[in-house]
Order: sequence, then structure tokens, then C-alpha cells
Amino acid sequence: MPSIISRFRTDKVPKTQSAISEPRWMRYTLMGLAAGFLLFFLLIPLFSVFFEAFRRGIPAFIATFEDENALAAIRLTLTVALICVPVTTVFGLAAAWAITKFSFRGKSLLTTVIDLPFAVSPVIAGLIFVLIFSGTHGWLGPWFESQGIRVIFALPGIVLATMFITLPFVARELIPLMQSQGRDEEYAALTLGASGWRTFLRVTLPNVKWGLFYGLILCNARAMGEFGAVAVVSGNIKGMTSTMPLYIETLYFEYATVPAFALSSILTLLALLTLVLKNIIEWKAGG
Amino acid sequence: MPQPYSLNTYSLQPKYLQPLQMSIQAIHIRKTFGNYTALEDVSLEVPDGKLVSLLGPSGSGKTTLLRILAGLDFADPGSNGKVLFHGEDVTATQAGKRGVGFVFQHYALFKHMTVADNIAFGLRSMKRSERPDKAAIHARVNELLQLVQLDGLQKRYPSELSGGQRQRVALARALAVNPKVLLLDEPFGALDAKVRKDLRRWLRTFQEEIKVTTIFVTHDQEEALELADEVVVMNNAKIEQKGPPQQVYDRPVSPFVIEFLGNVNRFTAGVSGKAGDKPKDVLYVRPHDVELEPEGSETHEYSLKAKVQHIFSAGNYGRVRLERVGTHEPFEAEVPRERLRELELAPGKVVSVVFRHVRLFPKGEFLEADIKDGKLAV
Repeated sequence: MPSIISRFRTDKVPKTQSAISEPRWMRYTLMGLAAGFLLFFLLIPLFSVFFEAFRRGIPAFIATFEDENALAAIRLTLTVALICVPVTTVFGLAAAWAITKFSFRGKSLLTTVIDLPFAVSPVIAGLIFVLIFSGTHGWLGPWFESQGIRVIFALPGIVLATMFITLPFVARELIPLMQSQGRDEEYAALTLGASGWRTFLRVTLPNVKWGLFYGLILCNARAMGEFGAVAVVSGNIKGMTSTMPLYIETLYFEYATVPAFALSSILTLLALLTLVLKNIIEWKAGG
Repeated sequence: MPQPYSLNTYSLQPKYLQPLQMSIQAIHIRKTFGNYTALEDVSLEVPDGKLVSLLGPSGSGKTTLLRILAGLDFADPGSNGKVLFHGEDVTATQAGKRGVGFVFQHYALFKHMTVADNIAFGLRSMKRSERPDKAAIHARVNELLQLVQLDGLQKRYPSELSGGQRQRVALARALAVNPKVLLLDEPFGALDAKVRKDLRRWLRTFQEEIKVTTIFVTHDQEEALELADEVVVMNNAKIEQKGPPQQVYDRPVSPFVIEFLGNVNRFTAGVSGKAGDKPKDVLYVRPHDVELEPEGSETHEYSLKAKVQHIFSAGNYGRVRLERVGTHEPFEAEVPRERLRELELAPGKVVSVVFRHVRLFPKGEFLEADIKDGKLAV
């Protein structure tokens, strides 16, 4: 016996459930286009990096890391990141805090200026610091030189240029987050007698921790990967002021393909790790 | 459990043994934001243990006043505004040292802390010398959770609670530090209608139990009238009227108050709508003061002819939407169901309308009158 419900069943069910439906050929063209771009511009290059790195086998790959200059480049890159990331984090927190929690003159100017490093070419960022700190013709360079401090063609210059490039990363993550969260929780902490510092540590910071961490790993990836600005200020002295990206270029121009790609693979792994962490963070923050 | 944290400290002072003391006084508060005046010389006094509601539309300044009382905002520098709690000047005191409990519209619970940690936050923020020990905090948290009827939810996170539960946790958190006054900013604003109703009844009995002086902000007149000992109606940065709910409802002092509190019909022109009538003052009539009669019985100045538009009855009363014949002014009447049947009302039918009781505000004064034999009986 047919159930009563079946009498109400419609015979024709629309094929697509979505209100927005495009013709099939269009959907496949768009998907194909996206997949093609992905393959040519991302997957093949990614694969080729690892392929070239291991082309002569694992021993050749490992030999790259027995080169003194390569090790020096890795050490320098880590040092720069180790200095830049905390400084950028502190700046980012302070700037985001100031912009979202207070109203003051020049606030919109500050918000705009934070984005400057995104807008300006890294080469120009490098040149700015050469102009200021060059030992021979910079504004402040000769004075630093007379104090025995070398800025350009040395670690301080590399750190400064990298810092300039990575400055917006943490602040850019935190500003929209803090804006959307409002101040009510902090006000609540305040009325409950918490000090400003306790409010920051126990309420503000936990609320933005995932955004902060995300900004941090992006900042780290960029600090290790920055090429343009660092190339200008560092002088690219092998074993001294050559960071990983710079040394990769040197190796490549010296036809040392395997070492160049072996070092590249390390930076690429860093990028992949960053993406994995980003996804974990998004999942954590969302859940 | 150490005495200072016991809830019983509130009930130790029976109200009737003490002269009427002012818990909260705000004197000549002025607040501007740029060109915008949020509060214009507002003064307010709240007696000990009372539940007072600040009622007004958005932008009337009620929340700003509450925030100034809490110390989350400050009156204009240079204006001589003062805030006193129990006679003590707290105008310059920081929010955390005023001894206020503040409850936010959107709860403002600490998302990453459990319910227990949320409630304990205020106690743990105390100076080391004043802070109760771990066991005392634990006991206090449990006691408060029992008080707000959420015992057993200690380990939950705010995201795992319903809106009503979250607001009760927020209330418990605010009460944990034994505030001198409790300030609630639209506490039921984010809840749905059913929960809102339950929770406000609960809050009423709860406040009577703990007897802490409470001010709550709302834009819902029903909420204010049902809940408060005293209603303070605010409009345009000023206090329009204050008094017990019944008084404010029955004797509104301004057109704003009568329009804001409950449904009211307003008639602008001469009531009978006869030719040559000069426009008079605005006449206000509550829907329950509108009486319907069979067509043709309009006899005097305060009666008119109208066409029925729509009828809806729930419970004993029917709400009838009418349109005045001639001027097309829409208005509403509340008519007993029986009367609806007697009159055989239906949309399109023309009836006579008689006002039982009207209110006028001639030249800013208030005039309230019954209608007897077609005349205002003042």
C-alpha cells in the first residue's frame, strides 16, 4: 500500500540544488582554467624544485649542507628572522592596540602608513636604508661608521631592511580581529577590578592569540625569504652577508644547480609548513 | 567561608530599619562627543536597594549615563558633573575601584575561560592582601552558580551555553566581588522574546532577594514597567520623567512619554472633523479608552465616524484597526470580544467612535480628562 506521503512527492526534482547554476560547459571551462593555472604556476614549479634538488641523488643533496658558505647563509637567515619576528610582533601588537582601542589624531594616517611596505618595491626599501646608513654618502652612515658600527653591507642593514618589509604582517592580522571583537570584554575585566596589564594578558591576548600566531608565521616566512631589499643593503658577500635567498641566486649563476635547488627546497618546505600551520590555525580559531 | 564574601551581607540590612539612603547620585552630568550632546545636565538619584530602569529610545543617552556611573566613560571635563555612591564622591575613581557590577548586552563573557573562571575573575584580580584563598574562591563560585541556578555548569565554556544562561553567568561574575551597585546595559536585548520574559521575572525576584541597588537600561517599555520600582524616561540627552511605573504610565508629563509608553492614538485636527474646525492641540487616546458604537450614535465633539480596517483578537480583547472617515487618520481600539460580537464588526463596516478618556498637552502642560456628556470633564 502506498503511503500517504508518496502522494505529495513531486515527480520532477530539479537536477541542481543550487540557485545559481551555470551551463555545464561553462563550469568545466572555468574549473579547467583554474586547474591549468594551478598546475603550471604552482605544482610543476614546486615539483621541479625537489626534483632538481635530488637529481644527483641524496649524497649530492647532503653535500650542499657541508659547504661553509651555505651554512653561513642559513645561520644568517635564522639570525635575521630571530631578531625581526619579535620586533615586528611587539610593533604589531602596539599598533593594533592603539588603532583599535583609542581615537587620536593621525589614526587613519597611521593605518595607511602601516601598509606602505606592501605598496613599495622591496628594492626601493633597500635603497632607502642605503641612502640613510651608507658609510660614505648616507645621512647617518658616517656617524655610525665613526662609532665603529657598520650598518650597510652588514647584519644591522639586513635586519633593518627585513624589518621594514615585514612590519605590516602582524598588525594587519590583528587590526581587523581586534576591531571585530570590540572592547566589551576588556571593559568587563576593568569593572571587575583587573589592572590594565592583567586585562591585556588574560583577556586581550588570549582573544587574539590565533591571529597573532598567524601573523607571526607569515612574518617569519617573509623574513626568511626576502630577497630584493636585502640584496640592496647586504652587498651579498659570500659567507658574510649572504642570506639563503641571496646565496641561492649566487649558486644558480655559478651553475651549481643541485646546491641551489637543495637550498631552495628548504625554503619551499618552510613555505609548505607555513601553509599547513595556517590551516591548523584557521581550524583551531574557527572551532 | 570568610565573611566579607558572603551574600548575606546584603540581607543583613533590612530596608525598613534605615532612613531612605541614596545609593547612587549623579549630579549635573554633561557629556558631549564632538558636536553631539549625549547628556545635557542630567541628575539622578537612586534610593538604596531599588531597581531602577533607564528607559528611552536609542540615542537618548541612557547607556552613556550608565557607563558614566560605572566609570567606563567620564562626564565632560570642566562640567561640574559628579557621581556619588553612598554619599562618597567617585567621580574621579577608576571603574575597577568603584565597586560596580556591570552586565553587558552581549554578555562580554571571557570566551576562552570556563564559566567558573569567568566568575572567579574579579576575585582573582584583587590585591594579594585582599584576595580570598583558592578554597574560598571555589566556594564562592559554586554559591553564585547556585544563586543563578546554573550549578553544574562550572566546566563549560560560554560558547556551550544558551543566551539566557550566558547572561546569568555574566550576572554571577558581576556579583562575585560584592558590588555596591549593579548596572545592567540592555541585559535582555540579545535574547529572544520568551527567554527575555522569563529572565526578567527571574531578575525581579532575584534582585528582591539580594537587595543590591540596581539600574538597568532598556528601550522596551513593557520591560521597564514590569520590572522596575522606578522608571526614568530619557529622551534627547535629557530625563523626561521619573517615577513609579504606574505613575509614569498614567500621568505622562509630555507627548514623548505618552507615545513611548504603550500604544496611543494621536489626533491632530479638531476631533469631530467638522468643517471650519481649527486644528487644536494634539489629542492622545489610549486604545483601551476608545469605545465603539453602532453607526449614527456620534453625538458630541469627542466622537467621530470610522471604518473598520482589520480585527485581530487574542484573549479577551480584540484589537481593531480603524480609519477615520474623512481624514483617513489610522487609529486603534481595544474592544472586549463580547462587544466585537454585539457590534458584528467586520472589515469595511462603519462605526461610531467615542473616547472615554483623553490626554492633551496644551502649551506644554498636561491635561487629562474624562469625557462626560460630550465635554472634557477636567
